[in-house]
Parts: sequence; C-alpha cells; structure tokens
Amino acid sequence: MAIEVRIPTILRTHTGGSKTVQGSGDTLAALVDDLDAKHPGLKNRLVTEEGKLHRFVNVYVNDEDVRFTGALDTQVKDGDSVTILPAVAGG
Amino acid sequence: MGGAGSPRLGCVLRIDRATYDAIVAHAREDHPDEACGVVAGPEGSDRPERFIPMLNAARSPTFYEFDSADLLRLYREMDDRDEEPVVVYHSHTATEAYPSRTDIGLAAEPNAHYVLVSTRHHGEQTGLAGDEVEFRSFRIVDGVVTEEDVEVVESYLFGHSPTTVVYD
Ligand SMILES: [Zn+2]
Repeated sequence: MAIEVRIPTILRTHTGGSKTVQGSGDTLAALVDDLDAKHPGLKNRLVTEEGKLHRFVNVYVNDEDVRFTGALDTQVKDGDSVTILPAVAGG
Repeated sequence: MGGAGSPRLGCVLRIDRATYDAIVAHAREDHPDEACGVVAGPEGSDRPERFIPMLNAARSPTFYEFDSADLLRLYREMDDRDEEPVVVYHSHTATEAYPSRTDIGLAAEPNAHYVLVSTRHHGEQTGLAGDEVEFRSFRIVDGVVTEEDVEVVESYLFGHSPTTVVYD
C-alpha cells in the first residue's frame, strides 16, 4: 500500500508523463519530500522557499482541500488519495 | 478577428457559434465582475464541446479564481469522461482582451486555448463596431503568449463520424 498522488498536466514533466505516482509519508510535507526524491523538482513547484504551500496550488487529501486541514502538516496514510491541481485564476 | 500581432500559422481556435455566444453572454451577465469558465472536449481532440461556466470565487472586477471545491469536482468529472479543458476563458471588464501579467504567471494548462473577453465597451450604445464585446484567444506556455485566430463554425456536428456507443 502507498499513497496515490494525481499529478496535473503541467507537472508531468517531473514524472515522465505519468498522471499518477505513488509516495509515502505521515504528513503531506513528508509525502512531498518523498515525491521530490523520486521526481526531482516537484517540491519546488508546490512549496515556497518559506516552506509553505504555493498560494495558487491546490492540494486535496481524499477530496478535502488541505488549506482547511493543516496544509503541509495534514496527516496522510497508506491508501489515501492525494490530488494536486493548479488554481485556475488570474487577473 | 486576429488582432494585433500575427497569429502563428496553423494556430487557431475553432469554436461553434452557440459556445461562442454562451461565453460572451456569461461575460456580459457578470459584468462588472470578471466571469470565468472552461469548455471541455475529448482529450487530444482540440474540440471545445462542453460549455461549463464557473463561479468566480473572487467575485471581483480585477481577479478571478475557480472555487477550490468546484475545481476538484470539475477536474474529476473531466477525468471520468476522458476530457480536458480545451478552452479556459475569463473576462476583463475594464481593460483589453489580452492576458495580464497575473494571467500569464498563473496559466497552468499548456494545451488550452486561453480565451479573453473584454466587456469594457459593452454598456456603450454607440452604434459603432466598438460597442462589441472583444473575444480573443491565446496560447500561454512557459510565460510566452501567442495570439491565435478565432474561427467560429456553425456546429461541430458537421463532419463528425457517426456516434458509436461503447458499452464497458
Ligand atoms: Zn485576465
């Protein structure tokens, strides 16, 4: 068992084109580190230099926007499903 | 259509009249706030077929953003139908129909046609061509904006091969 992570089109350059990758970790932060080890550069696209999630990247754990569940501190476990979606936004 | 700057050869948004009109109507309706939405189509087809107006969660005349829960539902649904966002549209209500710096910085769908509609003149009853709503289309890839022609077709049903039903 692992955590399944859905990757948006724009980040698939980091995953060799894969729509879905597997990872592990107890928190979203640990999961992102694990993903970055396998798919270098991914973390930079999700997390700012200050260590916070980018304002315009949405991450959902089992359909729940992590902004409401502790952001990178959100607990995750095997069998969870994580979805990454860039915001559709502009001025 | 075209506009300033010559669109790249072979680069065109082909869109049916009803969808074009629906996008313009949405922009007029939400004026002076920005309106936004997508037109989904079969993956890889480049055919904008399913008009999906979205709520501007920012409800602002200078910003738009899909609501986060709506965004997840939308992408889940497109995924289930093997669709992708062929068109991502939004309106500018006081400026021209050209991507802003924010639009360029946040554009995250390299395969999409970014449609910009401007309603800045839509309230003026001048009787001149200028009171039309502007409708332009762009590719935005890695911060580079390329305008493309917009070709309005009567219907996508023409020229389609007969529909086949697949049971799985
Ligand atoms: Zn804009």
